[in-house]
Amino acid sequence: MSRYAREVAVVAFAQSDHLRRTDELSEVEMVMPVLHQVLAATGLKAAEIGFTCSGSSDYLAGRAFSFTMTLDGVGAWPPISESHVEMDGAWALYEAWVKIQTGEADTALVYSYGKSSPGSVRDVLTRQLDPYYVAPLWPDSVALAALQAQALIDAGETDESALAAVGTRSRADAEANPHAQLRGPVPQGDYQVRPLRTGDCPPVGDGAAAVVLAAGDLARRLCERPAWITGIDHRIEAHSLGLRDLTDSPSTRLAAEHAGVFEAPVDTAELHAPFSSQEVVLRKALGLTDGVAVNPSGGALAANPMMAAGLIRIGEAAARIHRGASSRAVAHATSGPCLQQNLVAVLEGDAR
Amino acid sequence: MSKEPVAVVGIGQTKHVAARHDVSIAGLVREAAARALADAELTWADIDAVVIGKAPDFFEGVMMPELYLADALGAVGKPMLRVHTAGSVGGSTALVASNLVAARVHRTVLTLAFEKQSESNAMWGLSLPVPFQQPLLAGAGGFFAPHVRAYMRRTGAPDTVGSLVAYKDRRNALKNPYAHLHEHDLTLEKVQASPMLWDPIRYSETCPSSDGACAMILTDRAGAARSPKPAAWVHGGAMRSEPTLFAGKDFVSPQAGKDCAADVYRQAGITDPRREIDAVEMYVPFSWYEPMWLENLGFAEEGEGWKLTEAGVTELDGDLPVNPSGGVLSTNPIGASGMIRFAEAALQVRGQAGEHQVPGARRAMGHAYGGGSQFFAMWLVGAQEPTS
Repeated sequence: MSRYAREVAVVAFAQSDHLRRTDELSEVEMVMPVLHQVLAATGLKAAEIGFTCSGSSDYLAGRAFSFTMTLDGVGAWPPISESHVEMDGAWALYEAWVKIQTGEADTALVYSYGKSSPGSVRDVLTRQLDPYYVAPLWPDSVALAALQAQALIDAGETDESALAAVGTRSRADAEANPHAQLRGPVPQGDYQVRPLRTGDCPPVGDGAAAVVLAAGDLARRLCERPAWITGIDHRIEAHSLGLRDLTDSPSTRLAAEHAGVFEAPVDTAELHAPFSSQEVVLRKALGLTDGVAVNPSGGALAANPMMAAGLIRIGEAAARIHRGASSRAVAHATSGPCLQQNLVAVLEGDAR
Repeated sequence: MSKEPVAVVGIGQTKHVAARHDVSIAGLVREAAARALADAELTWADIDAVVIGKAPDFFEGVMMPELYLADALGAVGKPMLRVHTAGSVGGSTALVASNLVAARVHRTVLTLAFEKQSESNAMWGLSLPVPFQQPLLAGAGGFFAPHVRAYMRRTGAPDTVGSLVAYKDRRNALKNPYAHLHEHDLTLEKVQASPMLWDPIRYSETCPSSDGACAMILTDRAGAARSPKPAAWVHGGAMRSEPTLFAGKDFVSPQAGKDCAADVYRQAGITDPRREIDAVEMYVPFSWYEPMWLENLGFAEEGEGWKLTEAGVTELDGDLPVNPSGGVLSTNPIGASGMIRFAEAALQVRGQAGEHQVPGARRAMGHAYGGGSQFFAMWLVGAQEPTS
C-alpha cells in the first residue's frame, strides 16, 4: 500500500486547550500534560520511544535555545535519540517519519508548542522577512495576508462575502472542538487590514500538540485503527512576494503530487490556512471538491498556536481516521509569509 | 529492510573570518554551497532537497532564516528543512540530510550550516533574561569553566594541559586555508601568559567568533559511482540528548555523549576506537574539552585523557590526531562548527585535506555537542563503502 520502505502511522494525538494567554504556565508546563496524554494513549514510556523530535521557535519564546528547557518535559533520562526543527511541528513529524523509514527507529514522539501571548506576534513575524530590504519596514503578517486576499478578489477567485462564509463555517465547526480558542458564532468584525476583517484572521494564542508515530504491526498493536501516512512531502517557494503569484500555491500542488493526493479522492482536508483567503488558495491547489469536509476541527481560524498549528492539522486528520469518521484525509501545514512553504500528508485508515 | 549507503561527494567552506562585510547572509551561504557543488561537479538542478542548520536565530536577528534563504540555496520548488539543536546543530543537520538519503526518500541532498555572528552580538543573543527560567549566564565560558575544574580535580591533570591543546590546534590551523585564526607568531608561552577569563580558562584557550558557512553534498550509491573525486562513506551516525540540569548529571562526562559514541561505533563495527580510528574532528570550544571528550568518546580510560594530550598522541603527527583542521578553537561560526567537524572528517578520508591531511586516514570521526553538554551528534566516515 505504501510507496515507501516502511508503513508508518499516526497512532496517537493530543493537544492542549488553546488560550489567548497562559501567563501562569511556562513552556515546559504547557507541553508536559500533552506529552503525558499522548504517551498514555499508546502505553509507551519516554524511554521506549525510538526517536523524539520537536518544533518550536526561539523568537516566540524571546530567548535563545528555548527548546533545551522544554526537553525537560520529555524526561530525557536515560539519554534519548532526539532532534529539533526550528519550524512548525509538522516538519518535526516529517523528520521523525524519515528516521523511521531508515529503520533506525520503530516509534517516534513528535511535539511542538508556541506561546504568542508574551509579545505582539504580528510584529514578531516581520522578523521572518528578508533582513536587509523588507524586515526594516516591519510589514506585518496581517498586512501581507491582506495583499494576498486582495489579489484573489481582483482575480475574481473570491469576494468578501465568500471569505466571511469561510470564517463562519470554521467557527461553527469549532463548536464541537473543546480545544479550540474561538468557538460558535463570531462576528465578522471590522477591517483589520482591508479586505480582511477580524473574522478572516486567526486568533492569537498559546498551545501545544503531540503525536506518536509507529511502524507496521507495532502501529496495529498500539492503535485500533492507525492513520497510515501513505504520502508526505513538502516544498518551498521563493521568499519575495514579488516573485510569486499570490493567488496560487504551486508548492502545495507539487507537494500534493509527490504525496499522492490526486491518486484517489479524499473525504477530509485539514488545511493550515490562518486567513480565510488562504483556504481559497489551498482548495484550488489541492483540487478539493465541495464534498470534502474542510477543517471540521475549525482549523487555524479557530485556534492558531504558532509552530503547533500545522502539526495539529495532521493530528486532527489522524484522529478523524482513528474514530472512523474518515478513510482518506489530506493534512496540510504552512510556514512563511503568504503560504511560502507547504507540507502535505495523506492519511488513510484500513478498511473496516 | 536495508538502508541506502550514504556518500559525501562534495564539500565547501567559506574562509572563516571575524566579519564578512562584503556579503549578505544569503551571499555567505551561497558561497559555501557553490563550492560544495563545484567539488562534486554537480549543479543546483542535481539537488533534490536542502537541509539547513544554524544556532539561535537571535545571533543574526532573523527568525527562521531558511525562508529568506530558499532562493539563495536553489531550494525553490524543493523540500527544505531547518534543524536547530544548539551547538551540535551542524552535526545534527548533516545527520538529518544523511537520513533522507539512507531512507531512499531523496537521492542527492545539499546540507549547509552557517553563522554570521558579525550581524549581531552573540553574547547578547545568549543572555536574554526570561522569568522563572535558568539563566545561561553571560556567554558559554562561565557555564563550562566549573566543569573543567571538576575534571582537573577528578583526574589530577596538571594545569598546563589546556594550553597544550590550544597551542596544537592553533598551529594546525596555520595549515588550513579556511581557518579563522592564523596566529603565525603564537608560542606556548604566549598561550600560558594570556589573560585568565573564566578560571582556569585563558583567553587563548577559547574559540573566536566567526562568520562562516560549510556545505556538503550527500548522495546514494549511484551518485557516488558518478562522483569524479573519492567519496567519504557514512559508516555510522547518531544523536543523543539528556536534560540540561538535574542532580544525576555528570557534566564532566555526560551519559548522552557516551551513548552516542557507542551507537556510532556499533553501527560502524568499531570495537577499539583508539586503534581503529585514524583522525578525530572533535568539538573543542575550550581547550580542556579535548582531554574530557577523549574519555567521553572512549579513546582513553576515565582519568587518562589528559595523558594522551600531554604525550603528543593528539598532535597532527601523533597516532590519534585530534582536530587537524585547527578545530573550533581556531574557527567558530557557531551553527556551522559542528558541520565543519563532520566535513573535515570526510575530507580526511577522501584524502582532500591538503596540508593538514593525516597520511593514509581511512576512518575519521566528526563530533559535535551543544546546550549545557546536553545535545550530541556524531558520525564516523570511511574511505570504503560500508559492507553491512
